[in-house]
Amino acid sequence: MLARAATWWTILRISLEERLVYRGDFALGTLMRFMPMITQIFLWGAVFSGLYVASGSRPQIAGYSYHDFIAYYLLTMVSRAFSSMPGLASGIARDVRDGTVKKYLIQPIDMLGFLLLYRIAHKLVYYVVAAGPFALVFYLLRDFFPGWPDAWTVACFLASLVMSFLLGFYLEATIGMLGFWFLEVSSLLFVYMLFNFFFSGHMFPIDMLPGIWGDLVMMIPLQYLAYFPAAVFLGKVSGPELAWGLWVQLGWVVFFILASRLAFFYGLRRYSGFGG
Amino acid sequence: MAIIEIEGLAKSYRVYQKKEGLRASIRGLFRRQYRTVEAVRGIDLTVEQGEFVAFLGPNGAGKTTTLKLLSGVITPTAGEARVLGHLPWKRENAYRRRFALVMGQKNQLWWDLPAAESFRLHQQIYRIEPSRFERSRDELTSLLGVRHLLSQPVRELSLGERMKMELIAALLHSPDVLFLDEPTIGLDVIAQYNIQSFLRHYQELRKITILLTSHYMKDVAALCRRVVIIAAGRIIYNGSLSGIINRYGGQKVVSLQFIDGRIPADLARFGEVILEEPPRAKIRVDRRVVPEVLSGILAGYSVEDVSVEDPPLEAVIAEIFSRNGEPPEHQVGQIPELLKEE
Repeated sequence: MLARAATWWTILRISLEERLVYRGDFALGTLMRFMPMITQIFLWGAVFSGLYVASGSRPQIAGYSYHDFIAYYLLTMVSRAFSSMPGLASGIARDVRDGTVKKYLIQPIDMLGFLLLYRIAHKLVYYVVAAGPFALVFYLLRDFFPGWPDAWTVACFLASLVMSFLLGFYLEATIGMLGFWFLEVSSLLFVYMLFNFFFSGHMFPIDMLPGIWGDLVMMIPLQYLAYFPAAVFLGKVSGPELAWGLWVQLGWVVFFILASRLAFFYGLRRYSGFGG
Repeated sequence: MAIIEIEGLAKSYRVYQKKEGLRASIRGLFRRQYRTVEAVRGIDLTVEQGEFVAFLGPNGAGKTTTLKLLSGVITPTAGEARVLGHLPWKRENAYRRRFALVMGQKNQLWWDLPAAESFRLHQQIYRIEPSRFERSRDELTSLLGVRHLLSQPVRELSLGERMKMELIAALLHSPDVLFLDEPTIGLDVIAQYNIQSFLRHYQELRKITILLTSHYMKDVAALCRRVVIIAAGRIIYNGSLSGIINRYGGQKVVSLQFIDGRIPADLARFGEVILEEPPRAKIRVDRRVVPEVLSGILAGYSVEDVSVEDPPLEAVIAEIFSRNGEPPEHQVGQIPELLKEE
């Protein structure tokens, strides 16, 4: 067990070192992530002032005020900092296609475990670099928030963030594993990203969706990648509904852990060892 | 003691057949045609401990597929194989800690970090005791002359230096079996020589079992006593290197140097003239008629120097390849050229 922990630590440490090689690109990439937030503030600002002019009262869209919208977007930005996995699925599929996946097969190492540690390292570096800008943005936009939630809600929010990271990782890893069958998953990934953008709550709060569409979207796991943690923090989900939501999120995490493991197992059985 | 035991090992792939043209591409969206490629067709082989065996064959003969099967990268369609008593495709950690696979130019090292970091990771992955790790690393880097490059990012190393680092990474855990797939591909002659010398020295020292595939006959001649030739997925020769020439090299090359500086016009009656560079000439003759050819030439012409040699190994191997299985396009009709380059 100690030896295994030492291996994990070494993988994590080396991944951290690797991430710090290209400092300029990394710092620029991190800062650029805040750009969409600025556009969202202006966009919804324009929408709500238009509504204000038309109605004459403080407007709301599906129960969300302008302040709610901005607070929601800031929080989904935090969720997505945990759940987004750039390059994971395409990287796995590329490793399969090019044959570089064989390094995980010949060494006494678990590929998914390795990739998870690698991703944790990348996220840790990102959080360290992005903590300052995040704090500044939250401070500047503090008036958009209703205030700090209680400790229990914060704990649930943190738990849902950790699970959104795991869900994002194993969901994309499962898509990447489909590379054993299709070799190229970029189109599939494009469709997934599109669905993710709309139905994770990245584009708008998904509880705005009416009727059956809202019910359908709440049944798929994508909401746990962005909407759910933000809704927890904002107190839109509470009590038994919150506990149930966390259990369902955990269920999806377990489901995709199993799905990625199964896809890897069966994928290897049909793997042809491409690329020399 | 047999380290590698292979019995009836076979691997076939289903390959999509795409015809030329846009129409065929559109048709391929709805109805696809597949072809079964039998990469390895039931091979039997036993390798004893401490042997250094060359696996030769034209491109697509099944060499690399066999190495992939033995290292557990792929699963066979049929047959059995045991390496160090393990079934390779079960990928047990106990097996994976005892072998290494090096594929030419397939990078296992972290591209942006110094090789020392990748080695440190290998130490943890293979659970190498720290003092043993440091001893192995220092020994291997000294032998290959790359100790001073340990802290340089891998991306800044030359191809030869990278290959040496790959070899070190593969040997740090002191594997009992080493699979080498084209370890000198793309390297210059100096780097090739250095890696050959290192492999010979290391194998003699550690008595590990090595299976090598290479297109460079110099690698094979320098390192391996035993050669297995595979063509179209079947083993067609399994024996000593010298045995290949005895068995397949049916011809000899007679080199002549004429005193008067002119090459006789009727030299072709003795055999196929493969070189004419006055005063020197070379003819290829059937090895059974060498005495008659020599006495005929010496009796008829003024010869200053004469020698009889086996054809180069490359030429013999190329001939075997083209006789068995699919003749590779770059080898057919190339034998005279190879002889001329001798």
